[in-house]
Amino acid sequence: MIEKRKFWMSLLATSNQSDLLNLWEQKKIRVNYIWLRTPEIGSIMAQGRMGVTGDKFNIGEVTITRCSLKLNCGTIGHSYVQGRSKKKAEISALCDALMQTKMSKEINKNIIIPLEKIKKDNKRKILSKAEATKVDFFTLVRGESD
Amino acid sequence: MYVAVKGGEVAIDNAHSWMSEIRRGDTSIPNITLDQISEQLTLGVDRVMSEGSLYDKDLAALAIKQSRGDLIEAIFLLRAYRTTLTRFSYSKPVNTANMTCLRRISATFKDIPGGQKLGPTFDYTHRLLDFKLLAENEAPISPTKKYNDNKMPHVLSFLNQEDLMQNEKDNNLDPIDITREPISYPTSRSARLQALSRGDEGFLLGLAYSTQRGYARNHAFVGELRIGIVDIELYIPELGFEINVAEIILTECETVNQFQGSKIEPPQFTRGYGLVFGQTERKALAMALIDRALRWKELGEDYSGAPAQDEEFVISHCDNIQATGFLEHIKLPHYVDFQSELELIRKIRADAKVNMKR
Repeated sequence: MIEKRKFWMSLLATSNQSDLLNLWEQKKIRVNYIWLRTPEIGSIMAQGRMGVTGDKFNIGEVTITRCSLKLNCGTIGHSYVQGRSKKKAEISALCDALMQTKMSKEINKNIIIPLEKIKKDNKRKILSKAEATKVDFFTLVRGESD
Repeated sequence: MYVAVKGGEVAIDNAHSWMSEIRRGDTSIPNITLDQISEQLTLGVDRVMSEGSLYDKDLAALAIKQSRGDLIEAIFLLRAYRTTLTRFSYSKPVNTANMTCLRRISATFKDIPGGQKLGPTFDYTHRLLDFKLLAENEAPISPTKKYNDNKMPHVLSFLNQEDLMQNEKDNNLDPIDITREPISYPTSRSARLQALSRGDEGFLLGLAYSTQRGYARNHAFVGELRIGIVDIELYIPELGFEINVAEIILTECETVNQFQGSKIEPPQFTRGYGLVFGQTERKALAMALIDRALRWKELGEDYSGAPAQDEEFVISHCDNIQATGFLEHIKLPHYVDFQSELELIRKIRADAKVNMKR
């Protein structure tokens, strides 16, 4: 369950805001909820490692928006999403909550799976274009050989 | 006596109003949109994010528009905004071995697992103006090729295996965060890397070039340069586990440098390291050269007095926001300060004239 929840929360967090909003609006899902924490814009400090494997250091900050809410049935949804869109944070927290209810199939089919497809397509596009720029070396033999 | 001077409010308002009008330019030409900036001036946006030390494309695009394309002014705007944000937490260290690479090259090994991928680069172009870009609605589509999704290990890890490369060990040290505590000298490599990663590209380029020309010479090869997308993992305390909260583009550069060896260690290669937000390879490369030059003490090398070896000189002057703030403030009214200088020089000259007459 934790692995599944990590997966959908990560996907929601890193999704393109307009993709998520479009998918959500298309389904016209109406749910009642109360805020536990209204959307808040902030940042996290991204860290790297010296020379890839060494000690940690701080690279710089990334904007993040977070919120928490509770559905009428009592299910709690959280979100920490990239960027400064309060709407994206709200929809992500709603999806997180709904994915824990009987509506999970519907949310999965109409939001999570399409987002996953967009993400995979983007990655495939990058890797296939990068592959086309891969260098094929050939060696020129110089001088006489016997 | 201190004399406060007031005035100029109307002049300031009108100056800003004219600046806004000029920023908009000829109104018969469409207003530039933030999407256009973030989609078509991507490397400018990346530079503003890296030196502004805040990864947010929309804000960087806005800053570029607001600053009329003055990137240091844009970086200033982003830095100022950054200070208003609540810091939620620190991410887990990024795993650049799992990067989705747009570009990955090595200047030291020809045949590497995963191959040399040039990516979207200016390298090998002829640097001739391309008049085709004058034509509107250019939308070229680049070729694709079937790929395998194998991991792309870091090139220098192969040298690690033979012990030819100094191993970078994780000693579990907490890094200094220069946005939370002021730097004091001598400082740590973690503070230096953070300062360099957000440092001014021009300053770092000049200093890195100086090491190549012989000031703190440490002949560097580019072991690997990679640009791509990495996940930013964050521990969520409410849930007790980590999720990916962001995907960002990073440029990473590892240089291989000669090392003489010491009494206790046989000769071994050492590394300079650069890691920067966005597609910013000139900066990442410069950062790696300077990181290596600044490691002279740790590696038991001689201090030749070169600027690139002087950590206080490098770190306290690489930040363009600090630099421009102090430089540009001398344009602001200093009437009273100068008045006292004027009084002083008049008095000294008067006294000198009396003495000369004697």
